[in-house]
Amino acid sequence: MTAQIDAPRAKRIDPKYNRARKSRNNFEMMAWLFMRLSGVVLVVLIFGHLISNLLVGQGVHAIDFGFVAGKWASPLWQIWDLAMLWLAMLHGTNGVRTIINDYAEKDRTRFWLKTVLYVVAAFTVLLGTMVIFTFDPCISETVAKSVAQCGAGA
Amino acid sequence: MWSWVGHRVTGVVIFFFLLVHVLDTALVRVDPGAYDAVISAYKNPLMAIGEFGLVAAIMFHAFNGLRLILVDFLKQGPKIQRQLFWTVMVVWVVAVVGFGARHLTLAFTGGGH
Ligand code: HEM
Ligand code: HEM
Repeated sequence: MTAQIDAPRAKRIDPKYNRARKSRNNFEMMAWLFMRLSGVVLVVLIFGHLISNLLVGQGVHAIDFGFVAGKWASPLWQIWDLAMLWLAMLHGTNGVRTIINDYAEKDRTRFWLKTVLYVVAAFTVLLGTMVIFTFDPCISETVAKSVAQCGAGA
Repeated sequence: MWSWVGHRVTGVVIFFFLLVHVLDTALVRVDPGAYDAVISAYKNPLMAIGEFGLVAAIMFHAFNGLRLILVDFLKQGPKIQRQLFWTVMVVWVVAVVGFGARHLTLAFTGGGH
């Protein structure tokens, strides 16, 4: 695999060729850095998530409404999930944005693909955030019966 | 080269999984019964294989991502990138086999149910 790459000023390239105008801010640089920093943090968050939900105890068999209620009773797991949601979504959205930039050939296609991407991503992040902040264990009768917060035993 | 393809493909797969995953989790806000019903789908052995594939993809993306980060930030990173790549493959295989043994046993034996 030895690729032949013409020198940038080879004659076949129009001498008037100019690079796209340099943008004034360093957004791409920040995005590059963010991918790396969020990646490191996500390893911890996601592995912790998978261990606590798939490997501990009965693994996936333990998961039901009561299991989630138990986890989200602790602020640690609320913050954990919130951070995981935001970081994974920003990281994933930025990654998919790069991929769209790479493969979409027409500006119009690119524009629409990215618009759809951003709308879906924003919706998902807001929904997930809302769910964590407004979660109410008492809507389940089984949970309500055993949790003091729902007035059990009162 | 194909580690780059693998990184890209796994990244997109995880992204789409996450969109669906936030939706199914959102059911806890709506109806406990509906949530339990949807989650019980995750417990059948066929899905267990899907979960195994998903976790294998995540582990590849995670370890390979860490390798990319090391190559970028370590001074001697680019020089040792071959060794790093093989380290990633070994760690990945060990982690996937370990996870698979535990997860598939739980899935196929019903986790003591
Ligand atoms: C098959 C593997 C997985 C299972 C069984 C699983 C299960 C769950 C469960 C039961 C919850 C509810 C809250 C909690 O337990 O903390 C949850 C929430 C969450 N999971 Fe997973 N998960 C899996 C994989 C993943 C992966 C790979 C990611 C990241 C890419 C992820 C990201 C999240 C996020 C962000 C939330 C919070 C959702 C919200 O804000 O509404 N999960 N998951
Ligand atoms: C587990 C921890 C993770 C680590 C260490 C990690 C690391 C990385 C790194 C270093 C890159 C390369 C960025 C670049 O080349 O500039 C990347 C790209 C990417 N990541 Fe992750 N990531 C992780 C989790 C995730 C998750 C949870 C998702 C999906 C929600 C995701 C989706 C992507 C996508 C779509 C790309 C773009 C691939 C490309 O441009 O070819 N990653 N990741």
